[in-house]
Amino acid sequence: MTDQHSDKDEKKGLSRRQFLKNTGMVAGGVVGGSLLGGLLTNEYQKKQEAQIKEEAAKGAALQEARMFFSRKEDFDILGAATERLFPQDDIGPGAIELGVPYFIDKQLASYWGTNAKEYMRDPFRQNSEEHDYQHKDSQKDKTGPNTDSQTPVPTPRYQSRLTRAEIFIAGLRKMEQVSRDKFKKKFVDASPDQQDQVLKMFENGKVEMQGVDSVTFFNLLLKTTIEGVYSDPLYGGNKNMQGWKMKEYPGPRASFADVIEAEDFVKMDLQSLKDYQKFA
Amino acid sequence: MAKRLKPVDVVVVGSSWAGGVVSAELSKAGYKVVCLERGPKRVLEDFTGVKDELRFTNRFELMQNLSHETITSRSNIDEVALPVRTREEMMAGTGAGAGSVHWAGATYRYWPYDFEIYSQTVKRYGKNKIPEGMMLQDWGVTYKEMEPYYERWEKTAGISGERDPLGERKSDYPNPPLKESPPIKLFKQAAKNLGYNPYQVPSANVSQRYENPDGEVINACMYCAFCTQYGCDFGAKSDSLVTVIPTAQKTGNFELRTESYVRRVLHKGGKATGVMYVDTKTGQEYEQPAKVIVLGAFTFTNNRLLLLSGIGQPYDPKTRQGVIGRNYNGQFNITFRGARGFFNDKKFNLYAGAGALGGTFNDLNADNFDHSNLDFIHGGAVELRQYGDGAIASNHVPAGTPAWGPEFKKKSIHYAHRNVVVWYTPAIMSWWHNYVDLDPTYKDDFGDPLLRVTYKYTDQDRAIAKFGVEKCAEIVKEMGADIVDKDDIPQEFDHIYQGGHYAGGVIMGSDPSTSALNNYLQMWDMENLFVVGASAFPHFGGHHPTATVGALAYRASEGIEKYLKKGGMLTEAKKSNIA
Repeated sequence: MTDQHSDKDEKKGLSRRQFLKNTGMVAGGVVGGSLLGGLLTNEYQKKQEAQIKEEAAKGAALQEARMFFSRKEDFDILGAATERLFPQDDIGPGAIELGVPYFIDKQLASYWGTNAKEYMRDPFRQNSEEHDYQHKDSQKDKTGPNTDSQTPVPTPRYQSRLTRAEIFIAGLRKMEQVSRDKFKKKFVDASPDQQDQVLKMFENGKVEMQGVDSVTFFNLLLKTTIEGVYSDPLYGGNKNMQGWKMKEYPGPRASFADVIEAEDFVKMDLQSLKDYQKFA
Repeated sequence: MAKRLKPVDVVVVGSSWAGGVVSAELSKAGYKVVCLERGPKRVLEDFTGVKDELRFTNRFELMQNLSHETITSRSNIDEVALPVRTREEMMAGTGAGAGSVHWAGATYRYWPYDFEIYSQTVKRYGKNKIPEGMMLQDWGVTYKEMEPYYERWEKTAGISGERDPLGERKSDYPNPPLKESPPIKLFKQAAKNLGYNPYQVPSANVSQRYENPDGEVINACMYCAFCTQYGCDFGAKSDSLVTVIPTAQKTGNFELRTESYVRRVLHKGGKATGVMYVDTKTGQEYEQPAKVIVLGAFTFTNNRLLLLSGIGQPYDPKTRQGVIGRNYNGQFNITFRGARGFFNDKKFNLYAGAGALGGTFNDLNADNFDHSNLDFIHGGAVELRQYGDGAIASNHVPAGTPAWGPEFKKKSIHYAHRNVVVWYTPAIMSWWHNYVDLDPTYKDDFGDPLLRVTYKYTDQDRAIAKFGVEKCAEIVKEMGADIVDKDDIPQEFDHIYQGGHYAGGVIMGSDPSTSALNNYLQMWDMENLFVVGASAFPHFGGHHPTATVGALAYRASEGIEKYLKKGGMLTEAKKSNIA
């Protein structure tokens, strides 16, 4: 009987964590009795958790190589800029620790970075009208019934013949040039305040760029930074779900039917798409 | 060379609600139906286990690939239009089920006032209430005539809701309303305190397991929040893939052909003979002959196919003559304006929700309030919706907060679960200068011209939006918000097409000089061609459009069946009431 039971468990791939979950110990169950208490804190478990963490860290590190940016210098400027947009503080990690630069690198290497699903045919009008469109400050979360769910950054009309990936390269190199011209320093060596001044010049469209407006580059940079902080960890940002942890965002779930009427805030364990797909 | 296929009774373009309802009804009646869909095949399994905010909400996974085709857009009739190039600026569904798959699920009926808007406005306020250039006209059908079709569509879709205290409806909704979350309770109480009549938003996120009259089963909503811009992985959001498409398939009379891009409606001697389409996998052109052709695609496609095929007289804004492209309307960046409230001592579970979960009221909609001293006509619903916020989306901060840096980080995290938005969904009138035609410069993959939109706002639009913002702010304040931020009113259209609610261009009516279709959506100029969808709306009511699209599709199906039996025009043309 006992053997049968364990066979069955093994077939189902029932992990120890799953066992704990099923017995209600992880999912808010009250831990009672010395045996179970001991089970939770014993040496074996500590060792196992440390091992898992180490492996996870190694796995993530292997993915943290540049896929799109060939020059390290460009990538370092990107890192420094994203950290100013979403800095480390007493609430939690900033963009660099969250893996945002790697997230952006991967995005720019994807179909999105190469504008594969966008209309990229001539003629691209480069005139005053186009300039106005680029400067239109339309908050994305206020442009329709289904779009309260968009990242709240401005979305000027895209009328550049450059792809997003090309805009990033041009924008980061321009930031470097502005920093050197203005402060006689590399962007990465400039003080946080000086870095902010450079970013603001781009944000306000004060920098001349070729084939694209500096505000378009800035909006892309800001949008992708926020996305890198909060998207599912599968994309390389939101490392170890630390972005979600700060925000108390639980991750994808099969159901919130039990929570929807709750008067108080319900804080949950974090779950990523990887966890969700195990059961889907 | 196009390969000629075996003729069928009916060919339908588009597989969303419009094309789907027509496909189901006619194949049930025993006719051979082929439905052509430009996008890929999709099944429920495509939506299982992919709750990924970046992929669907920010990268628009379910939307049209614009590298093949888009639209161009401009404000004034003498400007050069620019292409809408990116999916951040354009949201149009594609693939089996199309727009019905990614929709939120709010399902309101339009008001009796909407269908007779010209007559009723003149009757109550006199002709002078209608400004010059507003193309106000009756729809050629009354609410009373539309009610049975609304009821049929609501039963097919399993709509969950409760009666609007101000509304007129014969039967109850087929399912009870969705659950009330704390923000909705707070909204309703505040609305009551201010003398309004709130109720639960009618929803196609179905509140309990439901079997529709065709025997299709829709599951119960889980409030998982992955709803709008996603396909539902539980089959709990009503769309054409869980309702009318399988109903059509069961008859054995129906074939859905995906990756089939229709380029022309073929016609000869004033009658449609079929459609020409391309299999986008192979590039092979096909001619599909049929007795009846139904355009049941999105507003843009319905308009463009007629213009490309040379059917009907194109509208010319300079002479105000012609019908195809006329009365283009919809909900743009001036709609869905309201007020956002931030709370210091309240924290909501905003990560949970559903597409159409919300509270609403209609005291400020249609002609439910006196417009004698107001500088606009019509109105809109006031709504609080709890879609369920993703982590990327929930970055709302009080006005004056920087868009990035330490203060942004702190406040965006602090307020992530402590804010609500109440908005107004105003009606949009049609104007002589707002229309669609073919672009002279930009082309699609096949060298065909893109559709060009010409659209700008008027004083009516700005006045109605401002009115709504003020009312929404009063409600948010009454809800107890510590900070109340009112939305700005945009002066001009920003040419961003994110809402998905675009209408008109091929409108219904009773006078062939001012409408393209009769009230069965049959073309005045071509009796065996029916154009189904929001493209038939002469103006946009103060509500989300889908229930009216569904109801009109049932009415059109009835008309098509009548036509297949008897032939001829189904209604008589007459001089209609028009501004």
